[in-house]
Amino acid sequence: MKVKLLFFAGLREQLGNAGEEIELPAGVTTLAGIHEHLRARGGNYEKVFSGRALVRMAVNQEMAQPTAQVRSGDEIAFFPPVTGG
Amino acid sequence: MKISVQREDFDIGAEMRALSRDPKVGAVASFAGVVREVPMTLEHYPGMTEREIGRIVEEARSRWQVMDCTVIHRYGELKPTDQIVLVVVASAHRGDAFAACEFIMDYLKTRAPFWKKEQTADGARWVEARASDDLAADRWTEKTEPRRGG
Repeated sequence: MKVKLLFFAGLREQLGNAGEEIELPAGVTTLAGIHEHLRARGGNYEKVFSGRALVRMAVNQEMAQPTAQVRSGDEIAFFPPVTGG
Repeated sequence: MKISVQREDFDIGAEMRALSRDPKVGAVASFAGVVREVPMTLEHYPGMTEREIGRIVEEARSRWQVMDCTVIHRYGELKPTDQIVLVVVASAHRGDAFAACEFIMDYLKTRAPFWKKEQTADGARWVEARASDDLAADRWTEKTEPRRGG
């Protein structure tokens, strides 16, 4: 299953990555699964994705919980708590 | 309803007048956010930002009588005294206009995907989310809880 990942703000800077398309390993079907898959990359990914409380997630431009299912072609975004207004 | 995420500045007077043209409108409430003290860069998530603000406005419309509404939020580089955000709500009476305007602003601060990076004397730093903003948004859940059963 192929999905599009996006990273914003402090996360994007820490990872040095604004986004990418990835093929998810079989068995990775939830946001929590992708989160863990990214953490397992090690290095800065491990640093960023070890503290789940500080990472917000959205599926197809809507805020979502870690248990949310993902489908092929989904746009998955990771970002820090928002600070607009 | 007008939702705009833009680099350009906006004219508060013109936006308020635009919502006063319907003779049924009796109240136009507005809130403007301004950059305080420190220059900053505002980043956002194009696409999701507009959709999320749209969802917030729809929620406000389901709670109060909102005849029209304008939300403008800027992004990019901003300096002290620059305008950042504008919420204008038109209604028949002030109660609905004030409440909906404050609700939209509180939810915008905790849900719309914007991030501020301040340019301080010690270098650039990302602004951290404030617990007080979450509490401000939570008020609206508590307040309306009794209505859910009825």
